[in-house]
Amino acid sequence: MKRWVVMLATFALLATACTAGGGDTTASAIDTGSTASHAPVTLEIWGAWTGRELEQFNKIFDGFTAKYPWITVVSKGGVGDPKIIAAINSGTAPDVVLSFTLDSVGQFCESGAWQDLNPYIEQSGFDVAQFPPSVEAYTTFAGSRCAFPFLTDAYGLYYNTDMFDQAGITDPPTTLTELQDDAAKLTEFNSDGSIKRAGFVPWLGYYEFSVPNLGNIFGAKWYSDDGTQSVVATDPQWKAAFQWQHDFIAEVYGDGDFQTGADRLERFVAGAGDEFSTAHDMYTGRIAMNLDGEWRTAFLADEKPNLNYATAPFPLPDDQSDQYGRGQIGGTIIGLPKGSPHPAEAWLLLQFMATDTPTLVYMANNVRNVPTTLDSLQAPDLDVTPQFQTFLDIFADPNSHYKEPSAIGASDQNILQAFAARWEVGKQTDLDGGLADAAKQIDDQLAQAAI
Amino acid sequence: VAATVTTEQHVGPFAEAAAVPRRPRRRNVKRGLTVLLFMSPWIAGFIGLILYPMLSSLYFSFTKYSLLEDPKWIGTQNYSFMFTKDPFFWLAFRNTIWIILVGVPLRIVFGIFTAWLLTLPRAGSKTYRTLYFLPTMAPPAAAALAFVLIFNPGYGPINQLLQGIGMKSPPLWFYGPNSSKWGLVMLGLWGVGDAMIIFLAGLLDVPRQLYEAAEIEGANGRQKFRFVTLPMISPVIFFSLVIGVIDAFQYFTEAYITAGGRDHLGEPQGSTMVYGVRLFQEGFDNLHLGYAAAMAWVLFIIIMICTAVLIRTSDRWVHYQGGFR
Repeated sequence: MKRWVVMLATFALLATACTAGGGDTTASAIDTGSTASHAPVTLEIWGAWTGRELEQFNKIFDGFTAKYPWITVVSKGGVGDPKIIAAINSGTAPDVVLSFTLDSVGQFCESGAWQDLNPYIEQSGFDVAQFPPSVEAYTTFAGSRCAFPFLTDAYGLYYNTDMFDQAGITDPPTTLTELQDDAAKLTEFNSDGSIKRAGFVPWLGYYEFSVPNLGNIFGAKWYSDDGTQSVVATDPQWKAAFQWQHDFIAEVYGDGDFQTGADRLERFVAGAGDEFSTAHDMYTGRIAMNLDGEWRTAFLADEKPNLNYATAPFPLPDDQSDQYGRGQIGGTIIGLPKGSPHPAEAWLLLQFMATDTPTLVYMANNVRNVPTTLDSLQAPDLDVTPQFQTFLDIFADPNSHYKEPSAIGASDQNILQAFAARWEVGKQTDLDGGLADAAKQIDDQLAQAAI
Repeated sequence: VAATVTTEQHVGPFAEAAAVPRRPRRRNVKRGLTVLLFMSPWIAGFIGLILYPMLSSLYFSFTKYSLLEDPKWIGTQNYSFMFTKDPFFWLAFRNTIWIILVGVPLRIVFGIFTAWLLTLPRAGSKTYRTLYFLPTMAPPAAAALAFVLIFNPGYGPINQLLQGIGMKSPPLWFYGPNSSKWGLVMLGLWGVGDAMIIFLAGLLDVPRQLYEAAEIEGANGRQKFRFVTLPMISPVIFFSLVIGVIDAFQYFTEAYITAGGRDHLGEPQGSTMVYGVRLFQEGFDNLHLGYAAAMAWVLFIIIMICTAVLIRTSDRWVHYQGGFR
């Protein structure tokens, strides 16, 4: 036993000695650019953009260099979070980083891997009111605002107007009761009882209909106000959300019987077309309504231009109809990594990317994401179709939000999704017990993260 | 006495070697250094690519480590969390055991069967061998994607065929929790070429005279297979079993792809959440590198134990030609 302890200690010593520390190179005295010299500087930005989107993205730096001629920007695309994290850890971080992984914001901020921007904001007098208030919630964690938004996604309802006309439906549903009624009218069955066309598919994992989106529709909270405890078992909105899903499936697809509806819907969902191809169910007419992000407008314009469709905010529970117009938002984030070699100039680039209206409008028009400042939302040269305008309005809505960040990444979603997967097929019938188990598992994860 | 010993040292089978004068110490050192020099590429590779990563991961397994921060020593908490609180650990373990208990034996049986088929044709055997082996050359990710399309319950040809012959509710395959693992097994059987080639070599290596002797004794085909073929290819079966079990514990790519990638790990309903997928999810999605390292070490120990058990029990059923072990 003693020999094992000695061996273990030796291993630990060796491994510790060989592990890169990734020293903290954060500028001790923050230079926010006002005093920066105009000596030529080359900044590096790493992000996950690829292909056509990367080409569009790389063009925005011309505007930055025109404004700050002594700064050159080198953009490296196709760099995902793992590589960025490894670079931060090894002390070779780039100047600015970009990430699509909103669920990691809690870990980025809490660990300091992405620098807290508050000192920069205070020293340079940066006006954060340029962003809608909802942005702060998904770019801040544990008192650290470690990210700025750079375009975002917003989720709403897509519906086939031809099918609506045929069914005699004139307006999109605004409440979940209306959604269910419309879905029932639009749903068609084959002679063997299987679903031929689904009005709306409230199946978790079906395209963008996810646990976070379901919770968002009901305004359900994930954590207590201090962020130390899961409330998925105690917030009544979660129970209401899953019960609504259960009843919807029973009524629309099961002639009142949940299991029949679940079995039919499971088989229908199994035959869904690929989300990012022309086999998408919205394209092929298998569904009449769907929850989706704003980017679908660009895909449809490109891949199915003759589809007659419209968009609207997603319907809300009847007792929350006064908030109609809100939805889930959240998208790309940018920040200064720990060890950013030129923090003063990087801060200039960060401000430019996050707030320069022509830049945001250019990206919104070409990549078809929602621009993220109040000014850019109103910009006259923003190329807005009626379908896309819906998502600009959703983003600007003060009640729109993303789930609360946490220190456990996407573990909370994985846990609740595991419960939901059993619930929606009828394998889990005890809703209260299932939610209580999920809450305990999330709390266990929180406790482990807090060690 | 000393003189006697000296005399004895110069007689016997090693007398000539003993007669060679001792090499000076400096020459021995030089020779040792030369050997080391020639071995140095391997030594550097072993230390840098195997020993150090192993020691590091062992250390990390006792730490809270996210790559975002320096590792923090937390003792055995990763291990206790794994066994008592991780909601997906035992699910992943059970799914992996299922793959081992069902997938590995079926692969061996199917490998033997296809190898036996290849011993039958008198002409064109090389063409058949190539055809059967071809799937093995397909990258696992590409093969998995192809299977997802072929087995798609909505528009895949397999289910259309099954419906065409009258099956009302064909399996959902990779979209159903009861059928997804069977889909993975079929994917494994499709790529059985590597095992098949080994079994084919084993079958062709069975001495003909053993079959002739069995026939003289009146053995039928089944008895020849049971009492001649199987014992003679048992070393190959043993090899396939050990490799198959090790591979199955590390199963990842096919389960990852058929579930739908990073956003759908373990789907449907956790049925494809195998150990490797869970380890990846913790390490690279949730950034719990320390915990993932602990999972890797538990997996390593389990594989070691299983391999040791298989080797120990092989005495009872593996027969080597000439009795060598």
